Amino acid sequence: MQVDIKTTSVTQLRNTFSNVARRLGGDKPASRYQEATFDLQSTANFHYRPLWQPELALYDVLRTQIEMKDWYAFRDPRQYYYGTYTIARARQQEVMEKNIDFVQKRGLLRDLSEVERTALIFTLVPLRHVEWGANLNNCYITAYGYGAAITQATMFHAMDRLGLAQYLSRIGLLLDGNSGDSLAHGKALWLNHAVWQNLRCLVERLMVTKDWFELYVAQNLVLDGLLHPLIFTHYERRVSAEHGPALSLLTEFMTNWFNESARWVDSTIKTAAVESPANETLLCGWIANYRKACNEALASYASAVFSQDADTVLAQIDAVFETRVAKLGLKTAQKAL
Amino acid sequence: MNDATQNAVFIAFQTNDDTRPIIEAIGNDNPNAQITRYPAMVKIDAPGRLVVRRASIEELIGREYDLRELHVNLISLSGNIDESDDEFVLHWNKN
Repeated sequence: MQVDIKTTSVTQLRNTFSNVARRLGGDKPASRYQEATFDLQSTANFHYRPLWQPELALYDVLRTQIEMKDWYAFRDPRQYYYGTYTIARARQQEVMEKNIDFVQKRGLLRDLSEVERTALIFTLVPLRHVEWGANLNNCYITAYGYGAAITQATMFHAMDRLGLAQYLSRIGLLLDGNSGDSLAHGKALWLNHAVWQNLRCLVERLMVTKDWFELYVAQNLVLDGLLHPLIFTHYERRVSAEHGPALSLLTEFMTNWFNESARWVDSTIKTAAVESPANETLLCGWIANYRKACNEALASYASAVFSQDADTVLAQIDAVFETRVAKLGLKTAQKAL
Repeated sequence: MNDATQNAVFIAFQTNDDTRPIIEAIGNDNPNAQITRYPAMVKIDAPGRLVVRRASIEELIGREYDLRELHVNLISLSGNIDESDDEFVLHWNKN
């Protein structure tokens, strides 16, 4: 008996959803990211205004001074939707678990001298409160922001910050032999120690910033842009020169994460800036304000950590930040700064 | 080998979400390539030379890409392979 194998082709009638097709300018195959992002924000059939803010709708574009014709212009260059985001982070988590295991088994942090351990706790553990503030701020942006393109990315970012806070806590636990004393001590430092108060004041000020895009600029661009290189580049380098790369293993995620999310932050700011000169002026003003505020808030902390080198280190970081902002196409920013 | 048909190279991928950006990148980088869509397969023919560029794929998918990931969804190809970190090139070595 002869068997003929025939292929039958079934062509789908539509390649994607109509709302996505309208954005792509025709019925073309769309990526998962596009389908999981475009037009997800609810826009209609809200019968009542919120009791807590009756002058605005439940989801309202007026909660920021930034104006956009299309709020879905804020594409994430990493194209994170739930699936890709969780897969990417799960992989990074596995690497981090192995690194933490490695450091723990060999007692690389536990066996440092008392003085060194105290210094590490002083510098790193209170930062978990900064990260928690960043988590809260990004939750705020997600809650009051507009358009799923930016709010889904800020929700992922909020979860990342919780992850960073947890990794910092794990460093504390490695230093105190899992007793949790370092975490309690870290909180006491955060609340009472003079060196931490300017930074804490800034973090708390961001928590009550009403304009969600201003908060985005202040937290995700400026504060992170100045604080993260200070600790996870400069401080980490200094510690590994003195005590070997144990700490570098534990901050690997932070370094990679910062470079990755900076791409997204930069692209968001760029998109808002090219939309209109009014947006650009607002952004420049915010960046200039917060850059000054952050540098002031970091001064006492940096001098406690870097002693006489603090000014040089801060100046280096600020210069890198200036180049980064200049690349965002903010023409007036350079004048304002 | 001087006949144009004999110089032709091709690469064929499964049709799925992973290969769509790869095929789009190949289409952009090789203006002479002809893309034919079969059931569950996309075949890309090119006269003489076909290049797959890492940078073009990365731009479309928004993450780092290792060209060896190609092989997961690869069905078949023809031609001599010249592979580096940045490019995957198909062509026929002239004797």
